[in-house]
Amino acid sequence: MQLRMAARKKFPDFSFSADLTLTGDRIGIFGASGSGKSTLVSMLAGLLEPDSGEIFLDGDCLYSREQGINLRPEKRRIAIVFQQHCLFPHLNVKNNLLYGFRRCPVKHRIIDFGTLVSVLKLEGLLDRGVNNLSGGEKQRVALGRAVLANPRLLLMDEPLSALDDTLRFQVIPYLKSVCEQFGIPYLFISHSLVEMRLMVDEVLVVSGGAVVEQTSTEKLARSRMGQSPVGYLNLLRLSHPARVDELFSYRFGAGELLISAGSDQEEALFELSSKDIILFKKHPEACSARNLICCSVVTTFESGSRVGVELASGEGRLVAEVVHQAARELGIVVGSELYAAIKASAFRRVG
Amino acid sequence: MISLTSTDYDAIRLSVEVAVAATLLSLPFGFAAAYLVTFVKFRGKVLAEVFVNLPLTLPPVVVGYLLLLLLGKHGWLGSLLTEAGIRIIFTLKAAVLASAVVGFPLLVRSLRTGMEAIDPQLINASRSLGARWYDTLVTVILPLSVPGLVAGSSLMFARSLGEFGATIIVAGNIPGVTQTIPLAIYEYTSSPGSETMALSLCLIAVAISVVVLFLHEWMARKMARRD
Repeated sequence: MQLRMAARKKFPDFSFSADLTLTGDRIGIFGASGSGKSTLVSMLAGLLEPDSGEIFLDGDCLYSREQGINLRPEKRRIAIVFQQHCLFPHLNVKNNLLYGFRRCPVKHRIIDFGTLVSVLKLEGLLDRGVNNLSGGEKQRVALGRAVLANPRLLLMDEPLSALDDTLRFQVIPYLKSVCEQFGIPYLFISHSLVEMRLMVDEVLVVSGGAVVEQTSTEKLARSRMGQSPVGYLNLLRLSHPARVDELFSYRFGAGELLISAGSDQEEALFELSSKDIILFKKHPEACSARNLICCSVVTTFESGSRVGVELASGEGRLVAEVVHQAARELGIVVGSELYAAIKASAFRRVG
Repeated sequence: MISLTSTDYDAIRLSVEVAVAATLLSLPFGFAAAYLVTFVKFRGKVLAEVFVNLPLTLPPVVVGYLLLLLLGKHGWLGSLLTEAGIRIIFTLKAAVLASAVVGFPLLVRSLRTGMEAIDPQLINASRSLGARWYDTLVTVILPLSVPGLVAGSSLMFARSLGEFGATIIVAGNIPGVTQTIPLAIYEYTSSPGSETMALSLCLIAVAISVVVLFLHEWMARKMARRD
């Protein structure tokens, strides 16, 4: 997907301007509420006409003030997964799913209904009214409905913000895998950095009605570590759990991690704050933390008053944070060996 | 004890016929007007809204008189209709038209309330899924406007049953032809010794209204359960 957008829109109390060129199939738009993310989405989808500028998608002009072109929303083939799912309440699940499919030109109807229903695990819900679905089921139907229309671009406008944490992390794998399986490029819009990191690799940062930065999600997460009260969140997908007394042991790099929030599920996703990792220069004689891992420093980075330290233990990676003085005392340089102590209770299972 | 003459039965039949015809006649226009004022941006929208609501504030007699000026033999539209061999004034058509005009704002207001309750994102979703505006109108806006449609139709029907002022001006009070229940009651109250007949028709009017309101409530509850 290649998107070229240079557009301006002025409201009585807010103005938005964007001048960007995007290439890639999975791109995020990150920003706080009121930063202009939804304005950008509406202009791309043709639901809001810019005051000036142009929008091109894969070389096709969607909007050009100069040329007097403003393609109607139904002609753009840009589908949206909304924050509040926006399923049609008078239609059942099946008819909601088929709404876009039936309006799609025959030559574009390439996504198999049965396969999609099976991927989204909606087989048993097809005859149900949409008001009788859970939040996660509704969002899966909304995703299926958008994907079946086989759009050239899918806009996911904060699709997870109306869901609680448990549902949020249940839906994320569907969002990602369905788009990848059916080859649909997407823009993922969110104010959650964790969602961004799980969904996309490249991100545009929107603030005060303008695109202020285009970077990788990893760089963005690291640069914000010093300002965030939770620091940098390590997202660890761990597998092969085994019970050890009251804890669960998971494979991690060359060793293992003991986690109190584990489960018997074969694979789980955990959050670990960079603030919850304590570094030692030498192996401590005794330690209350159940995890003491010998690591080597891969890289360091600065974020505000903090120093981020990327650590490697075999294939496993962790980011810890320390203040400058601690970094000096520990003699942290790339390649140096450190011991990371992590309490088993510091891990939060999110998926 | 209710006692009814054949003229009264005619009045009851005509009342129901006029109310049904006025409601059915107004539905497409009412839906279009509500759609325009709710969803479409255009110059003079305020003027259009005032025009739609005008019959609600005008005395029905004034509405009737204006209709008479418009549809009379020498009226702007009436002269054209006369040339085409169509006569409206002092016929059942005039009674239907008078009821339709007077009840129209009630229908539009109810429909508009229903349409305003539709989440605009549903319309955006429909458009972004490839539906043209008229497709969205038929497949999203119309079905979701049904509660407003039912409420508006019931109000309009009830208003039509009670319509008097405009009807008597444009349709007259011809028993068996244009005489509806209110007109028949008016005639009875003007004639000494007809109190029982007037009361009988009043009770019939009350009964019809109660049935209509019950139906309205039943349908509203049924739709609320479905949602």
